[in-house]
Amino acid sequence: MIEIIKSGLYSSIQDLGRFEYENYGVPVSGSMDQFSSVLSNKLLGNMDNDAVMEITMVGPILKFLKETRICITGADISPSINDKSIDVNSIYQIKKGDILKFGKLKYGLRSYLSVSGGFLSKKIMNSRSMYLNITKYSRINKGDSLKIKTLKNINTKRTKININYLEHFKSNIIEVFKGPEYNELTKKQKQVLLNKTFSISNNNDRMAYQLNESFDNILNSIITSLVLQGTVQLTPSGKIIILMRDSQTCGGYPRILQLSKKSINKLSQKHMGNRIKFKLIES
Amino acid sequence: MKFYKLKYKRFGEYSVLVEWPSKIDESILENILLFKSEIEKKYINKKVYLKNSYNSLLISYEKKINYNTKISELNNSYKKIGPVKKQDFNTWEIPVCYDNQFGSDLINLEKNLSMNKDDIIYLHNSKEYRVYNIGFLPGFLYLGGLDKKIHHPRKEKPVLNVPKGSVGIGGSQTGIYPNTSPGGWHIIGNSPINLFNINKTSPCFIKPGDKIKFNPISLKEHELIKIQVESNIYKPIKTKIND
Repeated sequence: MIEIIKSGLYSSIQDLGRFEYENYGVPVSGSMDQFSSVLSNKLLGNMDNDAVMEITMVGPILKFLKETRICITGADISPSINDKSIDVNSIYQIKKGDILKFGKLKYGLRSYLSVSGGFLSKKIMNSRSMYLNITKYSRINKGDSLKIKTLKNINTKRTKININYLEHFKSNIIEVFKGPEYNELTKKQKQVLLNKTFSISNNNDRMAYQLNESFDNILNSIITSLVLQGTVQLTPSGKIIILMRDSQTCGGYPRILQLSKKSINKLSQKHMGNRIKFKLIES
Repeated sequence: MKFYKLKYKRFGEYSVLVEWPSKIDESILENILLFKSEIEKKYINKKVYLKNSYNSLLISYEKKINYNTKISELNNSYKKIGPVKKQDFNTWEIPVCYDNQFGSDLINLEKNLSMNKDDIIYLHNSKEYRVYNIGFLPGFLYLGGLDKKIHHPRKEKPVLNVPKGSVGIGGSQTGIYPNTSPGGWHIIGNSPINLFNINKTSPCFIKPGDKIKFNPISLKEHELIKIQVESNIYKPIKTKIND
């Protein structure tokens, strides 16, 4: 078990998502930055789809009531075990009673904590990803106990792994494909869309990221149609919305661009005020 | 068998979007559902994720796709679709209590539509509605066929907590909130039944292509059905569509 002493700003259990129920209106969900969550699992020798804890900006305080091994990837939120600071992208041995804390955010936005064997919360509709009304809660709360696997032979040595993927956090280039309504934009609109630097507004969460800059919109709404994670929508008032992991399954705004999978992961590490530029990948 | 001129569009690295003419039409819906089941047949042992809306079908594959190969594959499947089997679809009776206790926006609608409450309720429950799509919220049905006389623009500011089961009118649509959620529709009643059950392999008993009919009930009946639903003994009433 792991006891939650403090929940942090927004921490939730996520695997790679709930795929088979979209036709019933169920969002796919899953970890926002799947490059980092899969890396966290891989470093520990877990399966890619094992559930991890997604930690956003301000970390939780966790008390381990069982021995295990952990790995933290993604954003560096100055993690420490028993007040001794530890590195990201490394494997650590955890003893019963150890306390994991986080501190100052150094880079990125979302951190991924994996434990050996993954978090063992109840699977609902074939996934452990938290999403309100599918799972009981949308995030972990103070006082919760999280089930983890009991390990037999624990390698007690810390393993340092040399992996550096800072470009993932620093780069502001978001690769996109043309969306279904892209060709209805004017030449001028397309130019602005692909050359302007946009900034992320304070409306950004697991469902969608809104951009600050307005855009002259001449497109009409469409009959409610289908969207994907990473679909870029243009609202009637000229706002650009990028749908993220908890996005609804359909929507009525024109879909002007579609982010590549890699770029959804990159965008997940951006927060309010960060700048981005769209780069069209020819297809 | 009617065939439409379909538009294929690449949608990211993994998906193809197929579009039918841009209108809300029951024969288009039937055609989409036939294509969908043809693809399901072809991919029975492989993973492919399908979702449909009023006039489109989205096919998402597990691996990055070669767009041109997929298009010709899909085109071949489209040529094979068979005739509509109407008996595969049901009409479901959805009990709704239109009492003011639930229909918090009825008084406002009476004023704005210059109609009395009984007429609004009658126009709402005297028709059958086709289910085009499930989306927006888990278990939320997109219905077609609301009487023009009771179309009404959405609220300017959405309400934070619309209670579970609320039946509302938003623009040219009507629908039921499967769970408590924010919403901008005008609420005219409440249904005590569960539209979405996370413990079932098919979490919704209603599917696109089915029809629903709202059946007016009293406050007492609402209370009774709610108890039956909570103790898992309520069975929704259905009839097969075979016209």
